[in-house]
Amino acid sequence: MINKKSMKVILLKSVIHLVSLSLLVNVYYLAINDQLGADPVEAVLHFTGIGAFNLLLLSLLVTPIVKYCQWRIFMQVRRLLGLYSFTYALCHVLSFLAFEVQFDWPLFIEEIYQRPYVTIGMAAFVILLTLAVTSISAMKKQLGRKWQLLHNWVYLALLLVAIHFYWSVKSEIIEPSIYIILALGLLWFRKDKFTRWLANKHRANNH
Amino acid sequence: THPLKFQASPATSESLTPEQKVLSHNNFYEFGTNKSDPSENAQQFKVKPWQLKVSGEVEQEITLDYDDLLKRFSLEERIYRLRCVEAWSMVIPWIGFPLAQLIKQAKPLAKAKYVAFETLYDPQQMPGQNSRRIGGGIDYPYVEGLRLDEAMHPLTLLSVGLYGKTLPPQNGAPIRLVVPWKYGFKSIKSIVSIRLVEKMPPTTWNLLAPNEYGFYANVNPEVDHPRWSQASERRITTGGLFARNRIETLPFNGYGEQVAELYKNMDLRQYY
Repeated sequence: MINKKSMKVILLKSVIHLVSLSLLVNVYYLAINDQLGADPVEAVLHFTGIGAFNLLLLSLLVTPIVKYCQWRIFMQVRRLLGLYSFTYALCHVLSFLAFEVQFDWPLFIEEIYQRPYVTIGMAAFVILLTLAVTSISAMKKQLGRKWQLLHNWVYLALLLVAIHFYWSVKSEIIEPSIYIILALGLLWFRKDKFTRWLANKHRANNH
Repeated sequence: THPLKFQASPATSESLTPEQKVLSHNNFYEFGTNKSDPSENAQQFKVKPWQLKVSGEVEQEITLDYDDLLKRFSLEERIYRLRCVEAWSMVIPWIGFPLAQLIKQAKPLAKAKYVAFETLYDPQQMPGQNSRRIGGGIDYPYVEGLRLDEAMHPLTLLSVGLYGKTLPPQNGAPIRLVVPWKYGFKSIKSIVSIRLVEKMPPTTWNLLAPNEYGFYANVNPEVDHPRWSQASERRITTGGLFARNRIETLPFNGYGEQVAELYKNMDLRQYY
């Protein structure tokens, strides 16, 4: 029999699935039918990009919420939020390839290595891809202690995504600046973790 | 907007960007930085009364009011490609008259070497002008400039309409510049002042990021924007996400035959 707590988890997960998927389906439906403004390509890129960033921020908000508000239930949806962030990022990258550069592979490669803001965006995507693949329970078991070390790379991904956004705009920097502050705020919650890590590194170097 | 009388352009093989897209996809930061902001926020914009002043190094200062803009010169339709520095483009049937006709009436003095343009400054009507959040943090009023020979070139148009009607506010009513071989940001909107000057005038995007936006801003597939390629562009026409609309960008936006002469001894990598 399903108890009350797991009912809540199922409900929460259903809401996340419903919202994330329906927004995504809706935006592609409108874009394909040319109902998303004059330039549906730009609109899709913006939507999936900012969506991936929002979901990444939400996934990183889980730990502070659990720690300070004792809402342990959110721990059960951290992986789901992370996976949806990856899904949006995947849509972002694939849409760039398919609709922006339209499978002009030389141009695609050139943009990745020549444009710093694309380079770091792609670096962040590679991190998210790695984390998504290793988020499977079996992988988590297999990696053991290394799993947490690997998944700490999400903090780097967060910073890269924030810079990618800031760097991509022409002059309207207020929104990306707010996102940078939010990202730094979430990293601030982990300051003990970073100081521990630095101390360990320091000790390792001295031996 | 209301219908205009004009001489129609000869037919073109290029497919026009649908009117609805020309009207809803605008960079006009005075009304917001999203492409759809100007069409949403500019509808109350008042173009009557209007004053456009031609001054500076001229024998004859001229002031045009709203009716003069539409009636002083005979209007003609010009179908031009518009290439945005952001690597998208449109094909738009503008209506207007050559800027040269207006400048000739003002009789430029020998000292005049450049032309400086200025957009209306009216934060009451243009909310972006006193809000960094809405206006994207550029300095207002928006200013642009051309060399006098560029301004006198027969392709350089002062536009008062598009698709057969007067300009909608989001497209730069009541009068705007159209310089089809340069990136779109040169084509300043809602102009109140045209001043003939001796020295190269400051221009808005160049002031903001000189390494990204030059004074000349000629469309050039060989000179990339520091953050993206200018070798190709997406042409906005009909069709949704699956429209195969990426095309090669042409030097001077395809108007090289007419305008390359203006830059014959210039290094276009240096003067981008």
